[in-house]
Amino acid sequence: MNKKLLAAPIAMAAALGLALTGCSTDGGTAAGGDGGLQIDVPDVPMMEKLGANEKELNIVAWSGFVEPAWADKFTADTGCVVNRKVAATSDEMVQLMRTGEYDLVSASGDASLRLIVDGNVQPLNTELIPNFGDDIVEGMKGQLYDTLNGNVYGIPIGRGANILEYNSEVVTETPDSWSVVWEKDSPYAGKIAAYDSPIYIADAAIYLMEHQPDLGITNPYALDQEQLKAATELLKQQNAMVSEYWSPATNVTSFTGGNSVVGTSWEVLRKATQDEKFKSVLPKEGATGWSDAWMLATDSKSPNCAYAWMDYTSAPDVNGAIAMNFGMGPANGAFCELSDEAKAHCDYFNATDEEYYKQVWFWTTPIDQCLDGRTDVKCTNYQDWTNAWATVKG
Amino acid sequence: MSTQSALQRKPRPISTALYRHPKGRLASLLTLPMTWLVGVYILSLAIMLVTAFWTTDPFTSRVKPGFTLDNFAQLATVPAYGMTALRTLGIALAVTLICAAFSVPLAVFMSQVAGPKLRAVLAVLVTLPLWAGYLVKVIGMRLVWTENGFFNWALEPLGISGPGFGVLTVTLTLVYLWFPYMAIPVYTAVAQIPPNLFDASSDLGARGFRTIRTVVAPLLMPSLIAGSIFTFSLSLGDYISAMYVGGSTQMIGSIIAQNINLNPPLAAAFSFVPIVLVIVYLGAVRRTGALNNL
Repeated sequence: MNKKLLAAPIAMAAALGLALTGCSTDGGTAAGGDGGLQIDVPDVPMMEKLGANEKELNIVAWSGFVEPAWADKFTADTGCVVNRKVAATSDEMVQLMRTGEYDLVSASGDASLRLIVDGNVQPLNTELIPNFGDDIVEGMKGQLYDTLNGNVYGIPIGRGANILEYNSEVVTETPDSWSVVWEKDSPYAGKIAAYDSPIYIADAAIYLMEHQPDLGITNPYALDQEQLKAATELLKQQNAMVSEYWSPATNVTSFTGGNSVVGTSWEVLRKATQDEKFKSVLPKEGATGWSDAWMLATDSKSPNCAYAWMDYTSAPDVNGAIAMNFGMGPANGAFCELSDEAKAHCDYFNATDEEYYKQVWFWTTPIDQCLDGRTDVKCTNYQDWTNAWATVKG
Repeated sequence: MSTQSALQRKPRPISTALYRHPKGRLASLLTLPMTWLVGVYILSLAIMLVTAFWTTDPFTSRVKPGFTLDNFAQLATVPAYGMTALRTLGIALAVTLICAAFSVPLAVFMSQVAGPKLRAVLAVLVTLPLWAGYLVKVIGMRLVWTENGFFNWALEPLGISGPGFGVLTVTLTLVYLWFPYMAIPVYTAVAQIPPNLFDASSDLGARGFRTIRTVVAPLLMPSLIAGSIFTFSLSLGDYISAMYVGGSTQMIGSIIAQNINLNPPLAAAFSFVPIVLVIVYLGAVRRTGALNNL
């Protein structure tokens, strides 16, 4: 498993190298077929030096990322009043950032490539963010979804895995495989919770990677037509056993209400059940996950406040406060040394355990160019996934 | 005398001008509503519908103007979309029928049988759900229909368990949401029926049910249809019920919601489906002549 997971970043790096040379000659978008991953990025200038702080800062964030507990101190320190807009999905975040009314977004990997390629966000000058330093955990630096053509576009906030949650009163034996949610003969048919988003197709792909190696899937976000079809078939098979397709708003009551006893979930949602009988596990096939990063709007009206915010939230204590509040691994590993409580939190979320996160495929926007480096086929993009998703739910 | 009275009369330039220029009169009356109707209402709808012929950049999901029928071709060729449209149509019709079936006897009871006090209490009960937010009501329905929820708890002694989340629960939830929109017009119509018609019907030997069928129902048709337009079209467009109590049920609105950020042209094309269904429905209603009495 580790080997193939390492293969992807290497292929990506190689492809990016090709992209750099490719872009200088044709300057166009993906030229498909001759050089793998070529992504043309609009030329957006980077901030060279900081100026005086503006008066306010408008942030689009996941629920729990911007709270008075740490935002008020930021306002007192810098004079930047923080206005928060909570978004429920990555797609919503992308749309909100395009209104031009927001300075910062806490983008997940499935949104960031779209924002970068459309020119909605600007490259970041990490020298102006002293807290973005050596303490940032290894697995969150220089990922494809926030670093492109050698430019950093995102300052990492935290990461987490899409775990398998189960009701230990019903599922008495700890499941070690996703087969309990995918296989026809699952004893929990009719009580299975599935995530309601096209990106959930990647979860099916990860299962197929292990159980149908003939399909040749090496990256769940790089599926050709055949592979997407196989994943869709698996999802259709699951559809008959699904109790509920959940959103963050329905996940908790789906489990506590007894409609679901096993299924994909987030650590933060499992915690929100406030009931220890709901347990979580990362199955042996690995899992999807997310990695979030602050991204700065191209036309930001308050870039100085935004830089100040990115620096402030990268500090060990603030970054840790966000991670603890949301229920995820913090980006700044130094937080884990601050206290026993911090240490316990980091251990629980495997914050600095790269071996754990090697089993996690962070959300990435599927695009026409195969992210696994294949050049002989055209991969399916996120719109293909969205269309396929509608057929799953019939 | 006549000159004096002419002098006494105060000049009224605006009314005089409007009196002299009937077109100006018309314009001043209609400008405000037409600005709203055309500028805000029709224009935004038209722009949205035009998007259905546009394309989306598959990578950035940015909408690009152009002309393509691909979005409509997808609606026609993908079986899942057709199935979803049919399912939604079935749910909307069921909701409408159930609402109507409950409204008529309730309205007759309220206006003809119940005393003034009971009538007021019933009126409050019918409209009570309108006082709460839509989401609150849907989540309330979610909570009572969960496996460990109220209905399963109440039905357990009888050895029955509720339907769980699915098409049936979505239908019941939509009935709960839209019932007042059917019950209120029907009640108003029944209340306007002269009481002596009931006496006459009774004198001629008709019992309760026959009176409803032959006297009340024809008089109620227009308001039933008015109510059905609400329950039918509101159910067609709903997606939040499917999300909260649908389990794995997908409705037209779910597909529109799924695509609204990623593929707005497809969402716009799909929004033609309920529009067409409502137009067909209104056409069918018009043939009955019921709309003439509204």
